This record gives sequence, C-alpha cells and structure tokens, in this order.
Amino acid sequence: MSGNPRDLRGEAAIVGMATAGTGEAPGFSAMELLGQAAVAAVGDAGLTLEQIDGVFAATSSHAFPTMSVVEYLGLRPRFFDGTNVGGSSFELHLLQATLALKAGLCDAALVCYGSNQRTAGGRLVSMSEPQWHETPYNPRHPITAYALAASRHMAEFGTMREDLAEVALAAREWANLNPEAFARGPLSKDDVLAARMISDPLTKADCCLVTDGAAAVVLTRADRARDLHATPVYLLGAGAANYHRSIVEMPDLTTTAAADSGPRALEMAGIAREDLDLVMLYDAFTINTILFLEDLGFCSKGEGGRFVRDGRIAPGGELAVNTNGGGLSCVHPGMYGLFLIAEAVTQIRGMAGERQLEDCNLALCHGNGGTLSSQCTAILGAEAAL
Amino acid sequence: MTSTDVKSQGPQAIYEAYLAEGRFMIQRARSTGEYLFYPRVATPSGATDLEWVEAKGTGTLYAITVNRSRQGNWNVALADLDEGVRMMSTLPGVETAPIGARLVARIERGEDAPRVVFDLAEGAEA
Repeated sequence: MSGNPRDLRGEAAIVGMATAGTGEAPGFSAMELLGQAAVAAVGDAGLTLEQIDGVFAATSSHAFPTMSVVEYLGLRPRFFDGTNVGGSSFELHLLQATLALKAGLCDAALVCYGSNQRTAGGRLVSMSEPQWHETPYNPRHPITAYALAASRHMAEFGTMREDLAEVALAAREWANLNPEAFARGPLSKDDVLAARMISDPLTKADCCLVTDGAAAVVLTRADRARDLHATPVYLLGAGAANYHRSIVEMPDLTTTAAADSGPRALEMAGIAREDLDLVMLYDAFTINTILFLEDLGFCSKGEGGRFVRDGRIAPGGELAVNTNGGGLSCVHPGMYGLFLIAEAVTQIRGMAGERQLEDCNLALCHGNGGTLSSQCTAILGAEAAL
Repeated sequence: MTSTDVKSQGPQAIYEAYLAEGRFMIQRARSTGEYLFYPRVATPSGATDLEWVEAKGTGTLYAITVNRSRQGNWNVALADLDEGVRMMSTLPGVETAPIGARLVARIERGEDAPRVVFDLAEGAEA
C-alpha cells in the first residue's frame, strides 16, 4: 500500500485563530504572549484547553518549545512536534498536525508561537548556531545571506534596488489598511532608497521589522470542524523542500527550494496558481518576495523585479500579496510563519476590514526558514474551495 | 568493523591544521573525482574515499555584500573555486568587486586563526 498526499486534502481545518501582542508588548515575556494567543485561539474554536491533545510549537527562545508550552498551559497532549525549521516551521506544523489528526493520534491540535524580542532587546533573537566554515568571515546573518542572494539576482537578471523598494512600498500600502500593523504611515521610494545601507544592496527599509508578537491556531479533523466554527479554514495542500543550512551550500542563490515546495502544495490541493485569491510570502527581506514570486511560478525566473513594478502587488494591484503588510510593515517577531497563516485565516473568514479581499476562498502561505533554507508552502481554503 | 578512523582527525580539524601550515587544501573523492568543500566525511553521491589535494587557488566571484556598521565596513563574498566548489570568503583589498570577477586565493594570518581570502586576479577590474 502506498500513500498519496492528496488523501490529506481537506482532512483538517483551522477552527480557531488568535494573535497577541502584535507590535510592542512591553512587560510581557515570550511565553506570556504565546499563552495569551493560545488561550484565545482555543476559545475562538469553542474548545477548552483540556481538549487540546496535540501541540506543535517552535520558538526563537525555547530549546524545548512543546515542553514549555505544555507546562505553561497545563496541557496533557498525546502527540507533540517541535520541529524547528525557522520561520517556515508553522507551515510544516499544519501538515504534521493534519497527519496526526487523520491518524487519530490527536483530536485537537494547537500550533503556536510567541516572542517579545522587540521589547526584550530590539534585536533579532536567534538560537541559530554559527557555521564553522563561515565564522572567519564574520557574516551578520540573516542579512548577509539575503544580501548575497540579492547581489546575485541583480547581477544575473538586472534586478534593481528600485524593484526591491517596490516590495517595501506595497507592504507599507497594505499595512496602512491594517490597524494592527506596526509600521504605518507614508513611505516613498526615495525614503526606501535613501535608508541606511546595512548590507549591500539591502538597506534598513529592505529588512523586516523586529516586533513582539504571538499567534496560535487550532486544528481539528474536518468532520468536527463544521460543528466548531462557522467558517472553518481547510488545509488543502502543503509541501516542503530543503537543500541547505548555510547560504554557502545553496545550489543557486537565485532559486530557492520553493520551486519544489510550491508545486507539491498545489498538486496536493489540486488547484492552479491562477485560482489563488491571496498569496502570503515570507518577506523577511524585500528580495524574498521577488524570489518566491518567481519560484512559485507567478512569473518566470529573473522577472520578479519587473513583476512587482507599478504597484502590481500593492492594494488594487493584479495580485494580492501580503495583505497584512507583511514582515516588512506589519509584524515580524523573529519567526513570522504563523502570521502568514493568521492573515490567510482572517481573509478567508472575511474579517480583514478595510483590506478585505473580495471572495477570498483560496490562499497560499509560503514560509521560509534559515537563510533561504527550509521552504514550506501551505494552501488554505474556505468551505467553497473544498 | 567501524568506519571511523580514530587514528586521524575529522575533516574540519585536518583542514584547519593544513591552514595553520600555510596550505589551502580541499577534498576530492578518488572514485568519482568529485571535489568537496566545506570539508566533510562524504560527497553528496556517497563517496567516502576522500583525499586532500592542494586547491588551485583560483576562482570567480559568485556573490558579494558589504556589511556596514559603526565598527567599519567589510565585504563577505561567495567564491566559486575552479574545482567547482563554493566557499564563503572575503576580499580584504577592495571595498567590493563586480560579480564574475576572477579571484586568486591567499592565506591571511590575522589575530585569529588563519583564513583563506581572495584578491582580484591580475588585470581584473577593481
């Protein structure tokens, strides 16, 4: 007997979602923020903490995240998975949770994250260990790695700093429609281009925010989901791919493993990318959005810079990308992957206020971890998309 | 039978020991001819019959960034060696350089451990 990933399509659904401390949450620890989001997500699902029997977590500050979450919330799970593939962990956790739910290894799965890295020090917190063959050259990861990728993309395809700036501008325009976004207000192309250079060609304005924030979602099997929430958000597909840890070992700095994870997710979901209403891409740096638009097939390789010109991914543009304002302008508490999912759930539920898309039934969430290393894509859909 | 050669050191320590002697050595698999860097115990194809060979010391600039901070600026580069492997390094003699520039390796002895750095090849544009 051989398995077929498509058998997982629509088997589980997100029935609860919450965020906490988005932006700045002085006075709260990472676990306190995570706990608030988890409690609210479980409540949103109409469940109690006692009913959570599957726990999925990865954080930037806990060596044993599931143990810490379980203890803090007084849970007694029978299945748990703390796989840490950086910011993409949570797209993978959706897949792991679906597997566990379908197998009957748990009935109610909590996926959660929390960080207070803005108020705790204002610097990116990471447990990422240095790579011995890189250390003599003093790279400042993650930005050095992403800047190297950007330098290569520019040299190979003629991508310009102005194109990178377009990504930052689109994110800010979306953020200006989102009252929860941390960075709001006017931003011009000149502002972005004149921002302090940190690692050529990336300026401060090409970098994601450093914020506090927590998020949590609760999943159950689809048959139960309909009784728990008026608007279940189904996991229709997911795919992962990973080739490297260190940027040195990335085979081609202009092509990420999203080129494999994306098709895997779309194949499982049985949809074409033209069917998508919303595209959530892990924009730790402006180059990410360009790379992922290419690797996920929204434009051909090398065309990403030209693709984002003229507001194509901004509000009112052809393709709705990162409608919360992204890691660049909404929230980026170290590992951002769960916030991609939170925004997709918000849009599919029709709760996105001023930035709400018309008929948002299908969303792609693409998580990135490490230095363009782990790539995990998840497709979420409304009942109508089942 | 054990596959671990306890009489010698691991590839990382051997690489660093060669550097300390002023030699830039990389690994090559005898059976497949594959070069391998950074040093490790097997090639992606699975070959483990690795020998150490002197790197040619020539290569091409694949990617480069300049890290800028209050402590100063320094570039971090990825160099493609002519043997077909890539390494992180730096070009201490220039602020930055065009991608595709030809490079020549040398061993730099600084305050810390010795390291392989690159200069632009003669005639290359700075």
